Amino acid sequence: MKNKASIFLNGIIKENPVLVLLLGTCPTLATTGSVVSAFAMGVAATAVLFCSNIVISALRKAIPDKVRIPCYIVVIAGFVTVVQMLMEAYLPDLYNMLGIYLALIVVNCIILGRAEMFARKNNVFDSALDGLGMGLGFTFALILMASFREVLGAGSWAGHEIAFLKNYTIPILTAAPGGFFTFGIMIALMNKLTKGKAPVRKSFSCEGCPNAAACRKVSCEAEVKEEVNNG
Amino acid sequence: MVKTLLVILLSSVLVNNYVLNKFLGICPFLGVSKKVDQATGMGLAVIFVMLVSTAATWPIQTYLLDPNGLGYLQTIVFILVIASLVQFVEIVLKKYIPSLYRSLGVYLPLITTNCAVLGVTINNIKDEYSFLESMVSSLGCGLGFLLAMVIFAGVRSKVEDALPPKSFSGIPITLISASIVSVAFYGFGGVIEKLFA
Repeated sequence: MKNKASIFLNGIIKENPVLVLLLGTCPTLATTGSVVSAFAMGVAATAVLFCSNIVISALRKAIPDKVRIPCYIVVIAGFVTVVQMLMEAYLPDLYNMLGIYLALIVVNCIILGRAEMFARKNNVFDSALDGLGMGLGFTFALILMASFREVLGAGSWAGHEIAFLKNYTIPILTAAPGGFFTFGIMIALMNKLTKGKAPVRKSFSCEGCPNAAACRKVSCEAEVKEEVNNG
Repeated sequence: MVKTLLVILLSSVLVNNYVLNKFLGICPFLGVSKKVDQATGMGLAVIFVMLVSTAATWPIQTYLLDPNGLGYLQTIVFILVIASLVQFVEIVLKKYIPSLYRSLGVYLPLITTNCAVLGVTINNIKDEYSFLESMVSSLGCGLGFLLAMVIFAGVRSKVEDALPPKSFSGIPITLISASIVSVAFYGFGGVIEKLFA
């Protein structure tokens, strides 16, 4: 039972997809301008991740290895469409707020990455737990970052105004540059707090990325060569 | 007509820059921007794929999905079309234009699941652009991506020489320099409207 709990908790703390694995940077930066949109993005991605992990794990023996990535994409795109339709019908405000980023959950590397790294090697129950844990970890990181940006940038939290901050806002934090800045500070903090115990990455993680095989040819190989040359 | 196209082009290059303003395609932006030549290759490949994907997905949406009431299949159809198209282009290039394949080919598989490419095709439909306008907007987004990549690669080569505090080294300092580059592009907001008013 302890093992199951650790699979679930793994995604929330030790291998937090955003703060430690550095996956899914695009939605992280784009939807954390306000807490509400960050929460909506987190829940939508968690739902897709949970469902796709279950289906991919259940089909893991049926999917041929060579065409697995296209198969995963079809499964994920199917669930994203379901989530899109549900949100458009029942939560139209949030649907408009997230806009194009909702459809782009399809190419979110957390979801493809978990399919590739976890669901295709583990049973359905473990994969479901992993999906839920990773999704919650993603949501948690998004809300944390959005809180920082919204409180200091707009003087409110989830739309509730904070009276004493009203005159001291830094509006650029809610705009595009603030996203990069906040994310940089958060990762630096994470490095500091864990004192390098968490796998500190010098570059963006390739493990979870489905394109890794191709990417290594370009950037990672060049890096390895550099390291060899440097000693 | 020309004016509309020019506005679309310039605003997608500068104001609504996909990387620095809309946060699409961050992974290649941070991953392949260590050297200016790699960044240029990646940027050119993205322009190419964006144009080809828009040329394929716009007619599919307009003549196939919409008339049959299948608009909700957009996400699934687009990602599959883009993925298979990129694969196809790669095979053709390898066979017939090996010189071009050597310079751009390595970047192609990287772009298949790049959110900027899927994003531009969906945005073109969302903004109700005509075919020509869609192509121009894709070209603009691609150029904007190339511009951001090349500028950032230049900035990054300077950052690599600096020594930040230990917890900031690596990704954090990269992100913070990206934020400063983004501030520069932030300044373009409003310029385009005033320019053509």
